[in-house]
Amino acid sequence: MNLRRDVFQAIADPTRRAILLLIATQSMTAGAIASNFDTARPTVSKHLQILTECELLKQEQNGREIYYHINAKQMKEVADFIEPFRQMWDDRFNKLETVMKNYKSKQ
Amino acid sequence: MEKKTKVKAEDGKQEIVITREFDLSVELLFKAYQEPKLFEQWMETKVLKMENRKHGSYSFETSRNGNVVFRANGTIHDLVPNQKITRTFEMENTPFPVQLEYLEFEKLTQNTSKLTMHILFKSIEFRNQLMQMPFAQGINMAHNRLEEILTTLNNTR
Repeated sequence: MNLRRDVFQAIADPTRRAILLLIATQSMTAGAIASNFDTARPTVSKHLQILTECELLKQEQNGREIYYHINAKQMKEVADFIEPFRQMWDDRFNKLETVMKNYKSKQ
Repeated sequence: MEKKTKVKAEDGKQEIVITREFDLSVELLFKAYQEPKLFEQWMETKVLKMENRKHGSYSFETSRNGNVVFRANGTIHDLVPNQKITRTFEMENTPFPVQLEYLEFEKLTQNTSKLTMHILFKSIEFRNQLMQMPFAQGINMAHNRLEEILTTLNNTR
């Protein structure tokens, strides 16, 4: 099985991308996830199944409820959640350093 | 190698802490925030207003191809040269509420310094949404790349 291809196919769908963003920071039940979408509940379940099959999501039994949460390890293959934010600031600060070094040498 | 810029975002908190060490004196680091001409260069934006004093205010806007794509403003609550700036930050025309920022400038050696940005958000949800923005763009870019590859494959067939 080509896992990488499956992962990218999984995130190619806008609803599945929205689901990933929704539970990026907190685990949720299928019902709670579905309540965020206008889509029919079985459709959301199908999306959750696809995301779980390609290991972007993990299921966790908590009492009678099943919670879905992000499989951080697999998500790293697509994009780390905080890393792009950190990278944005790092780029900005690198630029600051360069600008100020130029400024200093001109003084 | 240790990363230069660090982001600390603990679960269940409505705040983040960004830290960075610079190969610059604390005076030069502070100047990068104080001088509109310098600020414009590293933030790649246009400063509309910058009153660097207690209870002063600031605003800037970023354009791409002649269109304004981003505007932000805020009030400077406190400012101590080479030590700290306490300010609010608000992105215009977005659902994000104003955030409170504590910037601390610290001298490490004669030619090195450290910046600590402590940002407080209205809620945990807004904090997480803001941090996800570059992530969401990344996923969209990954998707666009995939589409490009598929289109190329179809065309060469």
